[in-house]
Amino acid sequence: MIVVEDVHKHFGGFHAVDGASLTIAEGSITGLIGPNGAGKTTLFNVIAGVLAPTSGKVTMAGEDITGLPPHDLFHMGLLRTFQIAHEFSSMSCRENLMMVPGGQSGETLWNTWFGRKRIANEERALAAKADEVLEFLTIEHLAEQKAGQISGGQKKLLELGRTMMVDARIVFLDEVGAGVNRTLLNTIGDAILRLNKERGYTFVVIEHDMDFIGRLCDPVICMAEGRVLAEGTLDEIKANEQVIEAYLGTGLKNKNKVGA
Amino acid sequence: MEFLNAFVALSNYVLIPGIAYGSQLALGALGVTLIYGILRFSNFAHGDTMAFGAMVTILVTWWMQAQGISFGVLPTALLALPFGILGTMVLLVVTDRVVYRFYRQQKAKPVILVIVSLGVMFIMNGIVRFIIGPDDQNFADGARFIISARDFKAWSGLDEGLALRTSQGITVITAVVVVVALFWFLNKTRTGKSMRAYSDNEDLALLSGINPERVVTYTWLIIAALTTVAGVLYGLDKSFKPFTYFQLLLPIFAAAIVGGLGSPLGAIAGGFVIAFSEVTITYAWKKVLGYLMPEGLEPDGLVQLLSTDYKFAVSFVILLIVLLFKPTGLFKGKSV
Ligand SMILES: Nc1ncnc2c1ncn2[C@@H]1O[C@H](COP(=O)(O)OP(=O)(O)OP(=O)(O)O)[C@@H](O)[C@H]1O
Ligand SMILES: [Mg+2]
Repeated sequence: MIVVEDVHKHFGGFHAVDGASLTIAEGSITGLIGPNGAGKTTLFNVIAGVLAPTSGKVTMAGEDITGLPPHDLFHMGLLRTFQIAHEFSSMSCRENLMMVPGGQSGETLWNTWFGRKRIANEERALAAKADEVLEFLTIEHLAEQKAGQISGGQKKLLELGRTMMVDARIVFLDEVGAGVNRTLLNTIGDAILRLNKERGYTFVVIEHDMDFIGRLCDPVICMAEGRVLAEGTLDEIKANEQVIEAYLGTGLKNKNKVGA
Repeated sequence: MEFLNAFVALSNYVLIPGIAYGSQLALGALGVTLIYGILRFSNFAHGDTMAFGAMVTILVTWWMQAQGISFGVLPTALLALPFGILGTMVLLVVTDRVVYRFYRQQKAKPVILVIVSLGVMFIMNGIVRFIIGPDDQNFADGARFIISARDFKAWSGLDEGLALRTSQGITVITAVVVVVALFWFLNKTRTGKSMRAYSDNEDLALLSGINPERVVTYTWLIIAALTTVAGVLYGLDKSFKPFTYFQLLLPIFAAAIVGGLGSPLGAIAGGFVIAFSEVTITYAWKKVLGYLMPEGLEPDGLVQLLSTDYKFAVSFVILLIVLLFKPTGLFKGKSV
């Protein structure tokens, strides 16, 4: 569904993504792992249109989407979450979710004045949907709370909730599990599996928690130093010499995270 | 009696002018703050946009006056105002398409946009002077006073007269209406919420259904309305002279920064803080004190802290104090 061909992203002389190529199959839950600074988030940003690649090509369902603005990609069904949770801090959690779907009648000045009834109906449907999502994520009690005031883990859940507000085709999750407790992490895992089965979402999941990856993802892609090192099932990846070397090479700080 | 006289004198020379001027600054600062919050730069062309809006309104007013169209006791300029706003909308949207959009697509840094707006300022400056000239223009008509000093004296029997000019009354009422409408728009409508979302977190807004170009266009349309209304009210209250609008840039920015850049409520508060500081510091208190002080202790001098020639220094000093001690302003805007 998504094909990344030889993408480079350089920051000055630094090669954050250095010739990465990979294919993400439709309907899959693909895991993307790699040591800190491997270029995973940067690659996400290139695919999601936040950063323009220095060179290389990204296609979605055969269509060239390289360098398209995030807004257009959103309308093509490509969504992503942020590693560091983003939120509209002065709005309630419910309003945050209600901001997601585009193409609302209330967006034109004409309707603001003359289409009040239609807007009210749409808003009601949206609010109901947002509440459903909040309930699914077990944070329905936060609906009225300002998103700037909720905890870091709850913000992560809100990030995930955002992708459930529209019919996405492919969702890129950048460490949704970081800072979320185990029980909730399992809930998130269930949610991902369910969205994948019931709604046919394709997922690409960056995660350092190998249990989480192992439970959800097939295949798993391992990146290091801006390049794709290996692809396969988690067990194959764990057995891969290059991968072990890449993780050990970055020092002890990642060792516990690999969990190998 | 003495106390009432003092109070009337105070209202006449400090409170009423302060409120009217504060409303004008608040409208200007609201525009500056919206641009800063949503488009993320300090727009130096703001004062000249106000001049442009006022100019279009004045031209239409003159035409209406020539046609014999009048608004009774109210100034004809109020009838011409919608045309001024429309003209300014066209100007700003065209400027955005021709100039700012290019830099937006380059993801230019705010500093670059500030310099770009400086260029836009010079061009608008030139357009206004080319069309209407650099001189003072008179366009106020209708009744001059809501309450005149003489009527007030006759009615109250006080020595001091209270005068409320029509332009002051209109300024305050219009400002209230505009501010209420703006807050309703920002908080209740989908477009307004998109604008707030975009201001709050651009990265996130771009990754949802919010169309950034549309948000930007609506922002400019609102700015056009705010600047034109502010420019016309100021022109009605004082006088229209292109250079004074350029000078207004300082108190307007001071107001927006004092309130906290990016915070609409702050812009309003900041407008009044600056206006009242300016008016109280440059007002000669001799008269008011003369009524209040016990006999024999009345001041001989003017009791004026600063001559009105230095009124812009007041904004400047307040600006410095705020930037030194509370860079995010009173209402926690984005720090500058
Ligand atoms: N805007 C930027 N400017 C300069 N260097 C950057 C920028 N963004 C990322 N980098 C560098 O690119 C490298 C890859 O960063 P990236 O965020 O993609 O890593 P990651 O694989 O997501 O790591 P982590 O697992 O810690 O999130 C890092 O060394 C980082 O310092
Ligand atoms: Mg990352």
